Amino acid sequence: MSYWIHILILVGIYLILAVSLNLALGYTGLLNLGHVAFFGLGAYTSVLLTDAGVHFIVAFLAAGLVASLFGLGLVLITRKLKGDYLALATLSFHFVIYSLLLNWVSLTRGPLGIAGIAKPSFFGFSITSNTAYLFFVSSIALITIVIIYKIVSSPFGRLLQATRDDELGLRVLGKNTTKLKAKAMMLSAFFAGIAGSLFAHYITYIEPNSFTLTEIILVLTIVIVGGLASIKGTLAATFIIIAIPELLRFVAIPSAIVGPSRQILYALILLMILLYRPRGLFGRIDLT
Amino acid sequence: MMLHVEQIYKNFGGITALDGCTLSIEKGRITALIGPNGSGKSTLFNIISRLLKEDSGKISFNGQDITTSDEVQVARQGISRTFQDVRLFRNLTIQQHLEIALSDEDEFLLKSLNKKTDHDQKIKEILHLVRLHKPLQTLATDLSYGQRKLLDLAIAMAKPHSLLMLDEPVAGINPQLRQEIKEILRTLHQQGETVLLIEHDMNFVMDLAGYIYVLDAGKVIAHGEPRKIQQNPNVLAAYLGE
Repeated sequence: MSYWIHILILVGIYLILAVSLNLALGYTGLLNLGHVAFFGLGAYTSVLLTDAGVHFIVAFLAAGLVASLFGLGLVLITRKLKGDYLALATLSFHFVIYSLLLNWVSLTRGPLGIAGIAKPSFFGFSITSNTAYLFFVSSIALITIVIIYKIVSSPFGRLLQATRDDELGLRVLGKNTTKLKAKAMMLSAFFAGIAGSLFAHYITYIEPNSFTLTEIILVLTIVIVGGLASIKGTLAATFIIIAIPELLRFVAIPSAIVGPSRQILYALILLMILLYRPRGLFGRIDLT
Repeated sequence: MMLHVEQIYKNFGGITALDGCTLSIEKGRITALIGPNGSGKSTLFNIISRLLKEDSGKISFNGQDITTSDEVQVARQGISRTFQDVRLFRNLTIQQHLEIALSDEDEFLLKSLNKKTDHDQKIKEILHLVRLHKPLQTLATDLSYGQRKLLDLAIAMAKPHSLLMLDEPVAGINPQLRQEIKEILRTLHQQGETVLLIEHDMNFVMDLAGYIYVLDAGKVIAHGEPRKIQQNPNVLAAYLGE
């Protein structure tokens, strides 16, 4: 049971990460491969601040805000880029942040990572048990989904979708798409940042390798399998991608093969979706 | 004078697209820009709407110099345009397209979250005017080419503007729809709209336009009322190849 609670906590964290990526990628059309960098920035911000004695709630919000500011910087630097070029630029951003976390040893302890991260405590409560953490993560995931749903259903969300479909067409209608993209990226990064905080304070150990390319592929797979511009799809896909491969643990195969088998399963699911359901499980738009 | 374009020059890698082009658009009139392929019509359209920057020259719109503005700023100043290839938001509905065109505050996230838009009546009127009789929730991708042209026109009309620029509004559509668009533009003219259009269909232009500019090799070779243009030997030589 406690194992499944652990898996559900990860589902909650990855759900926040994936649904926030869908805001940028699915709803706004920003092919952002640097999303996990925001996750990492949030994790480190939260840990460094709580280590310095800052209250968890402040550190948690600061995790989102710092990621958000980096998101603003990224979108301003890449504002003239689209599609593959944007993907490459945002991937470079990921590597820059990864290198920063790895090499700024005085701040991040570099490859040694930071261990013994405190569990969150606020308003007199300390979230020490996994069940309590699950409740906490689920609440934040629910709030995230409601906020992102409200955003994409609003007139502002309609403009984000129009930016994705035809940016120039929207600009000649007098809409400042640079500002729209900046806001979308900042919001997306904010939620990735708080997911990072939740991750760090749950796992209680972070190192730069917690935020690598593998994580980007995982989150991207969730969004593609669920379908672009579909919150319902992201929700379903997070369970499929995070929880279902865990069933392999209960299959009688050598433990050394379980890890690679999971990667193979991800690849198979992605391949099946791309071949037979290119819009994903509940997607409304094409990957192109 | 609503729009004045003065001595616009534009080169693309040594090829002259516009060679000292000058023209004026009078308020409340339908003005047509005609000329053979490659004469610089679309380049001029793109420069006026600031999608391209001129090498030199000056453009004033409603008395304001717009040569330093970008496409978003001129759109907000009142220039509304369509493109030769219809540009729609393919995953949005007819209603969403028109809501976007009609609203000017949507970019503000917090205001937008609690915003109740009430453009239903206006949307109904515009769709009635362009004779697009499809359910409001129809996606742009589910419309035929002709219907997309009508929606494109509806969006340009819905966007707050004082100058409507139409790039080949009847290209590639059937004669019946062509006639309908002609009637729509006549109605707009009667309502006092100022229209600048590019069109290759000479009958359409001659029937509709109050004033015509003829471009050839980036230069205005003739301008005047349709009857005069039809008889201008330079125009016949350049445009009709005679």
